[in-house]
Amino acid sequence: MPSFSHFLHTFISSKNLFIDAALLTLKLTVVSILIGILFGLFFALLKISRIKVLGYISNAYVFLVRGTPLIVQIFILYFGFSGIFLIPDFWAAALALAFHNGAYIAEIFRGTIQSIDKGQMEAARSLGMTRILAMRRIILPQAFKRALPPLGNQFIIGLKDSSLAAFISMNELFNVSTTLGSNNFDEMTYLLIVAVYYLILVAVLTMLVSLFEKRLAVSDR
Amino acid sequence: MNEREMIKIENLHKSYGSLHVLKDINMSVYESEVVCLVGASGSGKSTLLRCLNFLEKREGGRISIRGEEISPETHNINNVRQTVGMVFQHFNLFPHKTVLENVIEAPIMVKKIPKDQAIAEAKELLQKVGLLDKANVHPSKLSGGQKQRVAIARSLAMKPDIMLFDEPTSALDPQLVGEVLATMKELADEGMTMVVVTHEMGFAREVADWIVFMDDGRIIERDRPDEFFDHPKEQRTKEFLQATMLK
Repeated sequence: MPSFSHFLHTFISSKNLFIDAALLTLKLTVVSILIGILFGLFFALLKISRIKVLGYISNAYVFLVRGTPLIVQIFILYFGFSGIFLIPDFWAAALALAFHNGAYIAEIFRGTIQSIDKGQMEAARSLGMTRILAMRRIILPQAFKRALPPLGNQFIIGLKDSSLAAFISMNELFNVSTTLGSNNFDEMTYLLIVAVYYLILVAVLTMLVSLFEKRLAVSDR
Repeated sequence: MNEREMIKIENLHKSYGSLHVLKDINMSVYESEVVCLVGASGSGKSTLLRCLNFLEKREGGRISIRGEEISPETHNINNVRQTVGMVFQHFNLFPHKTVLENVIEAPIMVKKIPKDQAIAEAKELLQKVGLLDKANVHPSKLSGGQKQRVAIARSLAMKPDIMLFDEPTSALDPQLVGEVLATMKELADEGMTMVVVTHEMGFAREVADWIVFMDDGRIIERDRPDEFFDHPKEQRTKEFLQATMLK
């Protein structure tokens, strides 16, 4: 184990590289979660649709994503598709992560949409609203609010999963730490440093999510 | 009494699986009439009401609204629902919207009424149900009775010709029942056509033009309130009335 003063010294001297890497990790996570939310919403709506085939498509998507390791999904997108069309590294990683997160987010949305009292849809329909309008104006706003805690959780999982993008040579946090570690023959110090960065990011995210939840909860019953 | 037939139900049937909940229902409601549906729980009265708003699919028979036979296959049910308002036992207010937003939502989104006009009309309705001062609070801050009055205002905002009430006071604390019934009575006095599923026999007797008693999915007796309560004809009606009066 490195001594504390050595750790601190290395932490400070490497901070520029790590801060750049942390920003990339954050960018990768935010982009992949935002696209993942769109995927998730889309597949959640397919799943609750009254057309059975759409539900099967949604099931297949969730099954594929949950049934294969994330690293395999990243490699398939990176190596597999680069033969067909050129895709920048960042977008290969972001799309793979989005595709992955989307399946879990779809399940989150499906659950919260179905948790909204049936009477809400009935009241909206009895006022002459179409199913789609009622979904958009009445059900989804409430479902989204309920989805915030699990979405925050998925955000944190997504942040840590983004470390796998290191394997397609993205210079995000984990990649920078292993590169610096092996270059300096000091793996453990840099691994501890990167762990601290992840902890800080997660702590900040956790705070933001709970702040956001509190603001939205003001109007809740 | 105006002779315009607002609702006509002919040979209506409804089942849930093997459970036959509505059996050959025939009934008419004329303009400005108040019809109270009474009967024990599970007698089919709520299901009948929900069929009128097409929240339940009927399996046989015909439903005509204002002389026109309505079927989900040939009619846009959303248009029909704009003329038939519904008030639910559990209010079903939209919790993420303020009282005012609850009332203006459908007029703006469905009828495409300009927002200013919708707000002005909504405020008038809230005034009428005595809740104008609550316009900007969320439903969570209201008592049950206040919630139900907002729900009534929300329905009225669509300017329906017919109002359906599905046990509107059953979820309320006893001391809050009166304010909701008073609002409904006012509505009846203004000439609204109403079908009310209720356990409030006092209200039924005072406000209803007709009492319809249901048991086991059938209409057993339909009569004027005084006749119904003082001289019930059917044995099952007598038993029901005895049981409810003992409560």
